[in-house]
Amino acid sequence: MSTVDPKDLAAFAEQADAWCAENVVRDPGFMLPLTFMEVGTDDQFHFLRDWQNKVWEAGYLGAAWPKAYGGGGLPQAFQNAATRAMRKHQGPIMLNAIGINWAGPLILEMGTEAQKAAYLKGILSAEDIWCQGFSEPGHGSDLGSAQTRAVRNGDHYVVNGSKIWTTLGRYAKYMILLARTDPSTERKYDGLSFFLMPMKAPGIETVPIRKLTGEHGFTQTFFTDAKAPAEGLVGPEGGGWKVAMRTLEYERGARGGQAGGYVSVGANAFDVFDLARRTQRGGQPVLDDPLVADEMVGFLMEIQALTLNGQRTQVPELVADRPQGIPLASKLMGTEMSRRLNDFAVRLTGARGAYYVDEPDAVDNGLWARNYLNAFSATIGGGTSQIQANIVGEHVLGLPKS
Amino acid sequence: MKDLGRIGFSEDQATLLEVATDFCQRRSPVATVRRLMADELGHDRAVWAEMGDLGWLGVAIPEAYGGSGLGLAEVVPLVEQMGRRLVAGPFISTTLAAQALVAGGTEAQKLEHLPRLAAGEAASVALGEPDTDWEPDTISAVARRGDGGRLSLSGRKILVSDAGAARRLIVAVRLDGAPALVLLTPDDLPAGALRRETVIDETRRSFSLTLDGVIVAEDRLLDPGRALATLEHLHLAANLLAAADMVGGTQACIDYTLDYLRTRTQFGKVIGSYQALKHPMVDAYTRYEQARSHLYSAAHCFNEQGTGEIAVRMAKASADVAYSFAADRSIQFHGGFGFTWDCDAQLYRRRAIWHAAQFGDAAFHRKKLARLLF
Repeated sequence: MSTVDPKDLAAFAEQADAWCAENVVRDPGFMLPLTFMEVGTDDQFHFLRDWQNKVWEAGYLGAAWPKAYGGGGLPQAFQNAATRAMRKHQGPIMLNAIGINWAGPLILEMGTEAQKAAYLKGILSAEDIWCQGFSEPGHGSDLGSAQTRAVRNGDHYVVNGSKIWTTLGRYAKYMILLARTDPSTERKYDGLSFFLMPMKAPGIETVPIRKLTGEHGFTQTFFTDAKAPAEGLVGPEGGGWKVAMRTLEYERGARGGQAGGYVSVGANAFDVFDLARRTQRGGQPVLDDPLVADEMVGFLMEIQALTLNGQRTQVPELVADRPQGIPLASKLMGTEMSRRLNDFAVRLTGARGAYYVDEPDAVDNGLWARNYLNAFSATIGGGTSQIQANIVGEHVLGLPKS
Repeated sequence: MKDLGRIGFSEDQATLLEVATDFCQRRSPVATVRRLMADELGHDRAVWAEMGDLGWLGVAIPEAYGGSGLGLAEVVPLVEQMGRRLVAGPFISTTLAAQALVAGGTEAQKLEHLPRLAAGEAASVALGEPDTDWEPDTISAVARRGDGGRLSLSGRKILVSDAGAARRLIVAVRLDGAPALVLLTPDDLPAGALRRETVIDETRRSFSLTLDGVIVAEDRLLDPGRALATLEHLHLAANLLAAADMVGGTQACIDYTLDYLRTRTQFGKVIGSYQALKHPMVDAYTRYEQARSHLYSAAHCFNEQGTGEIAVRMAKASADVAYSFAADRSIQFHGGFGFTWDCDAQLYRRRAIWHAAQFGDAAFHRKKLARLLF
């Protein structure tokens, strides 16, 4: 690990800030998705792919990944500075979320040299979009029961079955795939293997899923005798569960190594506070209502606590009793707060809470209702809040398995 | 948006946290806590003397007056660990009395009294009154100037912590219509002026103080020009230290409950495996972590104008919610045992209520925050 010269870092941060000021486009003429899970039109897709490529070429994505694989070879603090600059200038989200946040770090950590060379650069440049094949129609939270089969046949595996909630499934070139290579193991987990799977192959069909918001963004993916090359295995055959669990740690942010940027711009408590301050009812500021004011203060305290939690994890003495506690609980805390906060925002808008996106009389074009409905993607996806509570209860608090 | 505060942690805080964690665990096992609950004095003189020897009572007292010249930020880890082990004794009271003198005493008073407090003489503050609304300047007790410039006091203070052990009391009164602070010693009090109150937290000693008939020299008056600012400082300092005690207690209460959920079996299963118990424990835990983050932000930012007040009020409100929930559920999740005197859950629940009732509960501080933030 190289040490950071504060002067170099400050200069880098300043350059990133200036670059964002010049290059960020907030309104391309169509509605931009708030998260990588809501990319529903080709316009949105191409705009975001170009944006990510541009950020990477400028050196502000993957700054801390090794140079040999398209990264900048710099300490993590540099990437953090670039990400802060993007946030400050409200830059669009990074499109290739699964690649930069979890498939990429996983390949960096556990992949073969050939896999690193083949995949990492394309992840950063957004040339190669990645998707994830974990959940199945019959097995969402219970990942260990996955039934999609992969049968070894010479230099490849033959895959049959179906995966669901495939974000960016229409656009992806590769999938991280969890499939069953042995249905006869005593423990169901021991029969699973983890593949880097090409998506543009015969026998793979993607069917769009319409979300509760009315938009698209996910697909269901069907495999019919599709070929997964054996060199795409991560870890040994039968060792896929461990790799998948490590992937989820990256996905939930419990483990660092992500390429940088951010993949969602969900409204935070400060945006809702801004909404509250400009909302009136019957000619009176809504914050004059003590019940509304009390609820608003509660949310501001909560978002502040989550920010402080993140800062506290940097002080080992202040997390000594349960070092993994805050990292493992942060998804649960953050996503549940976001859902409740957006619900509060809808209620703030009073009678006009009845409107939805594109109604001219709606507050902020109805985005609060859309935010609220979309917030469930985070409380359900990546392990539901109820599964998260089991994880925290068992791995942090030491309670027995349910 | 205003600056809401941030985490910072000094080497002194780290050292004190480590020492206090060990000390409080060794010197205040729950059997000792329960023994002292039945004791009239309510704390162990030897443990109190050790705290003095460790320099804990002078942590936030300037070096010129016999302390070590650190601040309340460094007192927070001490009180957090005391709260965790339900340590009895006048530590918070004495620290607050010292803060009253540091912030509002005359030079002569500081030179006379602070070295004694730093060395371990117990002291306390008398702020609350029967119709208190937790506002630091709501005071009806009165001091009147009499013959030879002597001050004649009247009125009643309540919830005066540790007044029985205190060798110094800093009392809030009204003088010439404005808030003022007066220093009293036990010799100033007529017989029967102090009455021990029956309070919900039996590890605490609390008193009603009748001021009628108390007459003291004028040099007992703290600097009148700084009385209001001192009262506001005490209000925030008291809430910061209460939050520290509560966060420590929340942690202990959660650990205590988890021990039971990991061992108690019903219907052939360890009850901690049931999600009806497991998930609320996760709620309690996440609230605890949030409260602890607020606490160390408040400690770090305490002296920052504006931000300090916001951070302290967030810390106290957050600690109240976290401690009350954790302790309430602790009673419930212990089932029949939870309903008994012998279960420690009641100790935590009672202390949480005690602290919520002192210097403002969560709703009070949220209301203050609305005014500060909106």
